[in-house]
Amino acid sequence: MTAADTRLPDAPSAPIVKRRGPSPMRRRENAAAYILITPFVVVFLVLLVVPLVYSGYLSLFREQLVGGNTFVGLENYTRALTDPSFLSGVGRMAFFLVIQVPVMLALSLFFALLLDAGVLYLQKLVRLGIFVPYAVPSVIAALMWGYLYGQDFGPGAQIADIFGLPAPPFLSQDWMIFSIMNVVSWEFIGYNMIILYAALRSIPRELFDAASVDGAGTVRTAWSIKIPAIRPALILTTIFSVIGTFQLFNEPNLLRSLAPNVIGIDYTPNMYAYNLAFINRDANYAAAIAFILGIVIMVVSYTVQLSSQRKERAGR
Amino acid sequence: MTTPTTARPTATTGPALSGAHPDPVPPADRPRKGRKHSSDQPRRSVLLSVVMGAVLLYFLIPLWWLFVASTKSNADLFSTFGLWFSGDNSLWANIQDVFTADGGVYLTWFRNSIFYAVTSAVGAAFLATMAGYAFAKYRFPGGNLIFSGILGAVMIPMTALTIPTYLLFANAGLTNTPWAIILPSLVSPFGVYLMRVYAADAVDDTLLEAARVDGAGELRIFFRVSLRLLTPGMVTVLLFALVSTWNNYFLPLIMLNSPDLYPLTVGLAQWQGAAAAGSGSQALFSSIITGSFISIIPLVVAFLFLQRYWQSGLSSGAVKG
Repeated sequence: MTAADTRLPDAPSAPIVKRRGPSPMRRRENAAAYILITPFVVVFLVLLVVPLVYSGYLSLFREQLVGGNTFVGLENYTRALTDPSFLSGVGRMAFFLVIQVPVMLALSLFFALLLDAGVLYLQKLVRLGIFVPYAVPSVIAALMWGYLYGQDFGPGAQIADIFGLPAPPFLSQDWMIFSIMNVVSWEFIGYNMIILYAALRSIPRELFDAASVDGAGTVRTAWSIKIPAIRPALILTTIFSVIGTFQLFNEPNLLRSLAPNVIGIDYTPNMYAYNLAFINRDANYAAAIAFILGIVIMVVSYTVQLSSQRKERAGR
Repeated sequence: MTTPTTARPTATTGPALSGAHPDPVPPADRPRKGRKHSSDQPRRSVLLSVVMGAVLLYFLIPLWWLFVASTKSNADLFSTFGLWFSGDNSLWANIQDVFTADGGVYLTWFRNSIFYAVTSAVGAAFLATMAGYAFAKYRFPGGNLIFSGILGAVMIPMTALTIPTYLLFANAGLTNTPWAIILPSLVSPFGVYLMRVYAADAVDDTLLEAARVDGAGELRIFFRVSLRLLTPGMVTVLLFALVSTWNNYFLPLIMLNSPDLYPLTVGLAQWQGAAAAGSGSQALFSSIITGSFISIIPLVVAFLFLQRYWQSGLSSGAVKG
């Protein structure tokens, strides 16, 4: 399964010289490559692989009041899968994912296509203006939107007041999740737009010439040439959005100070894991929760990728 | 398991549409003004521009509100309309409040944020550049395997790592120190991926061969020849690492407990928590708002001035993503 094994079968077709022992030149290059990757690989192992393995290890134990840590096998996992707090958090994030991610990415794509088509006045201003929220930390964004949503001095409430209407209940039970979706969209539409725009800009222009010879209009070109051509970028943004959604923490955690009755400590799986680890001091169970969350993210990301590949094959 | 590795094949099927172009991907830092899409110039649309103007308002009004609100006294926040200035300008008084509240802790937070972000970003960018370059320019035993492992890590959620990292750091006595923020921020798998893509195009193989013929050692070639060519990509990775550390909240929230070490995000969130809970002696809303406004200025300015870098870097990542 190593790179060397897979290279053997096509060795005859490859003109590159393959000798038993690497030449001195080759050996020097290999040494340089290892030296160059070593700093990153060390940091990667120590700060990513080790904590991950440690987390997996922790998740198999339980801290007893008497007797310290005991091995409990998968007990923490079965507990998590029947824990209403965890399950409702995952369910909430799935709802969030199904609504917010498509809306956000559709808008990002639409804006990117408009910018790429060059049909707007003040293009540059539009591009930068939409991107600027990305430079605002999510904590500040949540804080700011919290004030904007607020009943006391939020402009929404003030405008409603002018018309004699009741203030829109942005922070109420029913509205909260949509209010959070709005904050997240505000932060990331521009970022995704820029990624998609960059991908659009690098489509070889010959494709468009061919299309315009065929008499395809702007919309037609966008739909049948541009969007398929930037599929990798679309997959990338989708997967990053999936990861971001399931890890949601900052925005609800900040808004919680404004609406503690609406946002509980288990509002998102991540908040739940945080509270388990640092309030309940149950690091073992928190580790299991974080692990399952990681698996959920991988499965969903992988599904996104597979389904898009299948679609592509079907389209051929 | 590995997102972008498996996504890469699809990257090559896109251009396959054109048939004639086996490798149509242009040099990475390509975005330029004035590319003519097709022979007939696109007509600018007033209607769409107006629609996008409204969209732009949605993105900018919150920031406008933040600016307006930071010119108001705490009382005016409640008594005047949010999207326009009140009669008297309290911006200067608010700024003074922000920098003197709690014994001037805001300035400490600001310094911490800058220190954490700059150190982590420089470190992360340098590590990613060296590794990405090695993966792009050398075929060495185990290289593909290691690279796949690194790419797979892009998908690991931060939470799954942060809590065990905290426990490990606590054992090593590293929690509540700057290291607790800087060390985890050095790992940027996506940065390695980006630099590999970038290095593949930016550093010409014939140039490396020429340097080798001249008898230069491999590492010397990297530092003297390649590094200069890799600089734009490296700046992009640096910028994004800078943003992610500057914006980070979860990690410092967990790792730090003395206010003197907080970055701005954690500090402001704590002021907000105290103010919302209504404890009398705590920071006022006007200080939090003004503090938030000041805190976003550096990054917004950096993005405006470094446009060339983040745009080119994103394109190189997205094109082959």
